[in-house]
Amino acid sequence: MLHKNSTLSYCLQSTKIHCLLLVFAHTVREFFFYRKEYKLFYQKILLICLFIPFLNESMSFLGDEQFEGGNKEKRHREKRRDGSKDRRKRANAKRRERSRADRENEEFEERLGKREKGRRGRVKNDQEAKKRDEQDSEDKENSEDKEVKPESLSPDELEKLKEAVDEKKKLIQSLRGKPWPMKKKLVTLQETLRIQSHDDQDFENFKTACIPWEMKIKEIESHFGSSVASYFIFLRWMYGINMILFGLTFGLVMVPEALMGRPYGSIPRKTVPRAEEASAMDFAVLWDFGGYAQYSVLFYGFYSNQRAIGWLKFRMPLSYFLVGVGTVAYSYMVVIRTMARNANESGVGDDNSFNFSWKMFTSWDYLIGNPETADNKFASITTCFKEAILEEQESRKDDNIHLTRFLRVLANFLVLCCLAGSGYLIYFVVRRSQKFALDGFENHTWWERNEVNMVMSLLGMFCPMLFDVISTLENYHPRVALQWQLGRIFALFLGNLYTFIIALMDEINVKREEENIVKFNITMWEASLYNGTVSENFTASPITIHPADVPRGPCWETMVGQEFVRLIISDTMTTYITLLIGDFLRAVLVRFLNHCWCWDLEAGFPSYSEFDVSGNVLGLIFNQGMIWMGAFYAPCLPALNVLRLHVSMYLQCWAVMCCNVPQERVFKASGSNNFYMAMLLVILFLSTLPNIYTIVTIPPSFDCGPFSGKNRMFDVIHETLESDFPAWFSKVFSYASNPGLVLPFILLMVLAIYYLQSTSKSYKEANVELKKKLQMVIQIMKIILLLPTTVNNWRNNNASFQGQEGEILLPKSRQLENESYSCLIIQTYCLRRKERVTFFSKKTYDNEVKKKSFPVVFSF
Amino acid sequence: MGNKQTTFTEEQLEAYQVMLESEEQRLHGRFRELAPHLVPLDYTNNPDVKVPLTLIVTMPELKENPFRERIVETFSEDGQGNLSFNDFVDMFSALCEASPRELKTIYAFKIYDFNRDNFICKEDMEKTLNKLTKGDLTAEEVALVCNKAIEEADLDGDSKLSFADFENMISKAPDFLR
Repeated sequence: MLHKNSTLSYCLQSTKIHCLLLVFAHTVREFFFYRKEYKLFYQKILLICLFIPFLNESMSFLGDEQFEGGNKEKRHREKRRDGSKDRRKRANAKRRERSRADRENEEFEERLGKREKGRRGRVKNDQEAKKRDEQDSEDKENSEDKEVKPESLSPDELEKLKEAVDEKKKLIQSLRGKPWPMKKKLVTLQETLRIQSHDDQDFENFKTACIPWEMKIKEIESHFGSSVASYFIFLRWMYGINMILFGLTFGLVMVPEALMGRPYGSIPRKTVPRAEEASAMDFAVLWDFGGYAQYSVLFYGFYSNQRAIGWLKFRMPLSYFLVGVGTVAYSYMVVIRTMARNANESGVGDDNSFNFSWKMFTSWDYLIGNPETADNKFASITTCFKEAILEEQESRKDDNIHLTRFLRVLANFLVLCCLAGSGYLIYFVVRRSQKFALDGFENHTWWERNEVNMVMSLLGMFCPMLFDVISTLENYHPRVALQWQLGRIFALFLGNLYTFIIALMDEINVKREEENIVKFNITMWEASLYNGTVSENFTASPITIHPADVPRGPCWETMVGQEFVRLIISDTMTTYITLLIGDFLRAVLVRFLNHCWCWDLEAGFPSYSEFDVSGNVLGLIFNQGMIWMGAFYAPCLPALNVLRLHVSMYLQCWAVMCCNVPQERVFKASGSNNFYMAMLLVILFLSTLPNIYTIVTIPPSFDCGPFSGKNRMFDVIHETLESDFPAWFSKVFSYASNPGLVLPFILLMVLAIYYLQSTSKSYKEANVELKKKLQMVIQIMKIILLLPTTVNNWRNNNASFQGQEGEILLPKSRQLENESYSCLIIQTYCLRRKERVTFFSKKTYDNEVKKKSFPVVFSF
Repeated sequence: MGNKQTTFTEEQLEAYQVMLESEEQRLHGRFRELAPHLVPLDYTNNPDVKVPLTLIVTMPELKENPFRERIVETFSEDGQGNLSFNDFVDMFSALCEASPRELKTIYAFKIYDFNRDNFICKEDMEKTLNKLTKGDLTAEEVALVCNKAIEEADLDGDSKLSFADFENMISKAPDFLR
């Protein structure tokens, strides 16, 4: 199906070369950037290798996934069991706690003077005796308890505790009063308590279990840090989007046409032509999406231009057009909405005032009882600490600013030179190959024919490495460095896109010329047919010719769709093969050849590979761009992409866990992924441009697709308006589409955007201001909160002190260095407690200030 | 409530008041299965039986916890990690989800205070950190984290955390007592 005179045709033929080169590049890159070995993964690799002795391209991941999945299932179940055990334990201990709190309560009352030494009575039904027994035994208990409990449980807290205990006591009393059997009481009590606390948690657990791949991603995050996990979260998000695109095209275009449209073989566009019939079922042809695949619902050309099909009167061409527009509109909407939401989230931010202390004292989950979960938790805590340490180190780093600036400018200059050079190279090569194409490729050497692809592959291979080297000059925080790297490679890949679109446009033009010739030929053919029938003088008026024999145009739309599908397939294959060879095979070799090699393979040269976040993210983004570009001409593309992403998810999760090692510098990815989103938006915009161009300017093929016979594709809207809507509606529509109305509307929109943006900016500023104020209030609150304990401690230490002057060292605060605040606070506090406050004279105070860093002196 | 009093006397049951019989039995069962040769089946005369630390930490609830020894030591009356049944019940009640925040804070402070000087000082933090990360961090990193943590949480400027500091810090933690 490939046209000879195109650069494109070679694009696909050289996929193998491309693939090999990529693998080579991977190895070479690792040579320069090899990392340290990581012991944790030896075992896993060994395990994997035991389970899959023979690597089979397609089956390996499936087999392993099952294995892993089973494993996980088991783990999950175990965890569940643990969880339920814990829960039971908790419920159990809760009751215990209540009894304990009761005891405390009673102790409190006793302290107030109720204590009386009771004699022991053994009368069972005597309530009083029972109570005294209770108290006695509680005394015993309390004597133990008191040792454990620090004295600093303030009266307030005790009060609170008392209240909580009273509440529970009431519940139990009410239960006791009921004439139910013990079992029923027990069940009721348990249920009441469970409802109070466990329902939320169960629901949360359930919600987490419902998120697809959440466990996998969490596991990866715990071992590889949030940057690698951010890629997988992005992949999952993309999967969701593609599911919806797939639903749209599948439900509104493919299924209606397959069910209600004319069947295969009824009209020429739905039949394989006679010349191709022999090879239409060959695997090689089908793999190339020719033959029967080409003449099916998968591609644009199959759809007929009947206005309404089936008993539903389904408006097929209209639906096709609207779905095409809808997928793009929906994608825009989702991407922009996600970006906006992410921006919101990042605007609020977390309270990070106790970052390290919280990590240290509250990160362990005390409910963990499963060894594997515990291992993951250890890993994730370590990763988390490493991320935080890195952030801290980066924020502390203050090198020579001028040198850094100079180096950064230099690096950017170098990168720009690189990009400009490669851009010119691509431009030059594409022009040259167009010239070759005009001459005919047969007259040229192999290199000249494959020049464009080779240049593109080489650039895509070496430029990222070059950028990587250059970025070490810049000394950025790794997260920022990743973003720069992504941006640069993105710019480079745009060249790739450019060549592809140029080649595609050339191809379309060639096909259209061909179409004109075919059109002319067809009129001739019909005329001859007509003459022939007339001369033979047949009475049967309709001439029955098998649809396969009817000559037909080249149908450039189907050709474009096919190119995109082939591109996606070859890209997918390249990714998977690179993954299997570059990561898996390498890991296996390193692991097993290490015993019989002259140097340490694991620590030395090849080592294990790291997960390449930037490359994978870009691959995903460009792949999505291809989908958006091609989905209009090949409705099957979203389905293919869903399949690809699904497989990618499992394959890459597996590959990461079994053959990659974590990066040396684990850094915290920004939670929002807005940078990925921004790139996605750019790609979305770039990929809609050629689509809009083809729809608006190029007339559709005359004999294939839902818009055949129309002058432009969007004429279908006009047609619907005129025939399916009342007359006034089309009138209104024509008025509304008048430039006189549209232009002011656009102007209004621009003004609104400007207004909204300026308000959002001012809000942001206000937000920052408020944050500052909040910080200050928090500082004040800290002092107030700590004051009771400080005063109490001070009193305890100076028990003999009565009505004299004394001093209290107030908590030091970093932001609140203004002592007047503190004085005010102390005054308020003491006034509230009805205590006399006398400040020292100014002179004494000054002396005190000179002596100590920040004392406030006062007396009661 | 007196239908099955083979292991506990009436008084004990009343002492544990609201703790329902079956749960008590269950806990006792758990306690006993740790050391069947030490703990008698009959608890009516309150025997003075203690289970050593090495046996307690094998419980599934504690087995994976990096601080298991500390926890057991904190709750044991003699400070050596030998638990009587009362200590055992205490431990469960403090670690259970429904126990109040204040109580948990107190015990958490005790657990993290390795050298029992009523302050969490740098050595305690280092120990905590090494247990949490299984010693994966380098000495410099540990020192950095300790310094940062003290800088954040220490309000009275004595470069160690008192209980007040600890309480203030932990009461604001989003993860604590989820």
